[in-house]
Amino acid sequence: MKIHEYQAKAILARHGVPAPAGEVAFSAAQAGQIARRLGGSVVVVKAQIHAGGRGKGGGVKLARSPEEAEAIARDMIGMTLVTHQTGPEGRVVSRVLVEEGLQMTRELYLSIVLDRASGKPVMMASAAGGMDIEEVAAATPEKITKVYIEPGVGLMPFEARQLAFAIGLEGPQVNRAVKLMAALYEAFLANDASLIEINPFVVTASEDLLALDAKMNVDDNALYRHPDIKDLRDLGEENPLEIEASKSSLNYIHLDGNIGCMVNGAGLAMATMDIIKLSGGEPANFLDVGGGANAEQIRNAFNILMSDKNVKAVLINIFGGILRCDVLAQGVIAAVKELGVPVPIVIRMEGTNVDEGKRLLNESGMNFTTADSMSEAATKVVQLAG
Amino acid sequence: MSVLIDKSTRLLVQGLTGREGTFHAKQAAAYGTTVVGGVTPGKGGTTHEGWPIFNTVREAVEKEGANASVIFVPPPFAADAVMEAAEAGIGVIVCITEGIPTLDMMRAMTYLKSRPDVRLVGPNCPGVISAGRGKAGIIPGHICREGRIGIVSKSGTLTYEAIHQLTRLGLGQTTCIGIGGDPLIGTTHVDALKLFAADPETQAVVMIGEIGGSAEEEAAQWIKAHLQKPVVAFIAGQTAPPGRRMGHAGAIIAGGKGTAAEKMAALASAGVHVVKSPADMGKAIKEITGS
Repeated sequence: MKIHEYQAKAILARHGVPAPAGEVAFSAAQAGQIARRLGGSVVVVKAQIHAGGRGKGGGVKLARSPEEAEAIARDMIGMTLVTHQTGPEGRVVSRVLVEEGLQMTRELYLSIVLDRASGKPVMMASAAGGMDIEEVAAATPEKITKVYIEPGVGLMPFEARQLAFAIGLEGPQVNRAVKLMAALYEAFLANDASLIEINPFVVTASEDLLALDAKMNVDDNALYRHPDIKDLRDLGEENPLEIEASKSSLNYIHLDGNIGCMVNGAGLAMATMDIIKLSGGEPANFLDVGGGANAEQIRNAFNILMSDKNVKAVLINIFGGILRCDVLAQGVIAAVKELGVPVPIVIRMEGTNVDEGKRLLNESGMNFTTADSMSEAATKVVQLAG
Repeated sequence: MSVLIDKSTRLLVQGLTGREGTFHAKQAAAYGTTVVGGVTPGKGGTTHEGWPIFNTVREAVEKEGANASVIFVPPPFAADAVMEAAEAGIGVIVCITEGIPTLDMMRAMTYLKSRPDVRLVGPNCPGVISAGRGKAGIIPGHICREGRIGIVSKSGTLTYEAIHQLTRLGLGQTTCIGIGGDPLIGTTHVDALKLFAADPETQAVVMIGEIGGSAEEEAAQWIKAHLQKPVVAFIAGQTAPPGRRMGHAGAIIAGGKGTAAEKMAALASAGVHVVKSPADMGKAIKEITGS
């Protein structure tokens, strides 16, 4: 799960990773009040969306008075912000972070993420802060220093020092960095984060180290033990159909094509999208109805698929292992009868009780197209979608 | 021969008294697997569907000689169950549970590093089936047929699809291993390929990968350097958008890395027969093995 910058900063601050003073505002008036409270000559107004690249898109602005902060917030809240991470449709800004402006001398990079290959958290630091780290990694990987942390031991001070020296910190900055990195590791573990990225990680004129920006993703599987983080979910950042699907425990991702897919199992669902594309069509979604899909799930799945007005045909691809094909067929027939699905449906099912399932479909009097293999199903559905 | 599971397997079911555990224990027994009992802490000394229930895995090992375990316990307790089985000396641990917190698995994997004789398969996987011999997990037995093809896959139903394609072409299987789609897993593609390489009965391998991570690239390197047997590979997620988690916790293209195209290219350059369409896995094996 993704959370906003201001939420990530609040969590990090609790663990001892400092950030500039600031507060979130949901209205222009609030933004002005916060700027007044912060005082100082400059404040920064930052759009809060779950995507990077906000600066370039006009989502980060300096204000030299509370009145200016209010005016900026008025423009920003409600605007659609387009960055390289949002896609062309952009995201609507519903809240802004108002922060004190700082004099900084250096912009660095610091992050922690779980490394799949080694099974260890890896902390990464770079002197090339403020830039897209993926570009740094691709063009100049030598500018990123990594420390693989032994899970049973934790981040040792010498490892933190290695990172601090590698990014050119000196004098009192080094021990401050060691403390901050220890706090970052603690925050990573304590909140079941899958990623925490501080970019830029800055050195101020007074040699303080701060998280000027912060991104934090939390492991969905661990949310059950972090009710406070679960509450931070911002539904405004998600596709409405995906929210609807998640309520019915369906795994749905909206795509831009016109062939709706309903599949059991994530791998088979991806493979179904792939074969549609190979056959010349475009999938409208990824949809995994799960291993034990029942009539209720199938009805919910049809509801979601039919809410996408781009869908011109539906492909149902089910491999019945535990799930019986006759039960599936009954579910499909009932759902189509109830909902009156207006587009052609191609069904490919295989596995347990497949013959009985096919008989039910054929004798239903409804206009299903059946297929015996994935490739036949894909070819047929692409034709029907036009 | 087969790998991981055979006729000498004495299978313990951790979480046997739950709905899933009960159903799949019965399925495994019906397939000919020797299921020796279950572990449900607090219910030790009772029986369930005729099987003895133990409080601890240790007890099950001592009293019933369990040498393999399949885990169906809920996510918050599953990593603990894995470590308990390892500590008790279980050699093959198959964890079916989906949704285990990644940091829990990180701790379990760290624990397992000091126990190199223990093999964990999963979590979040369909488990292992050795055709005609036995199974630990949820792969339906009736779609399998005894033969000489090994299957290793990150996906559940896509594994069934591969098995089905092979069986329909008259090609049977030695062992099918669902390794799971989580970021941290006990048995990787390389680990499974090593097992198949050492199994004289396995003639060729179907390898199914998906977007995310670099396990398929590592498998490609290993195949190039070590494997004499032919491999057919399919990578799911060729059309998946970047930055979105496609169902499995590990199936995500992050920072432009972990794409299907990269994996397919790496495998092809290692001499693997990469099929673009999931419908062609069986056909490709038939062509390669000439059977």
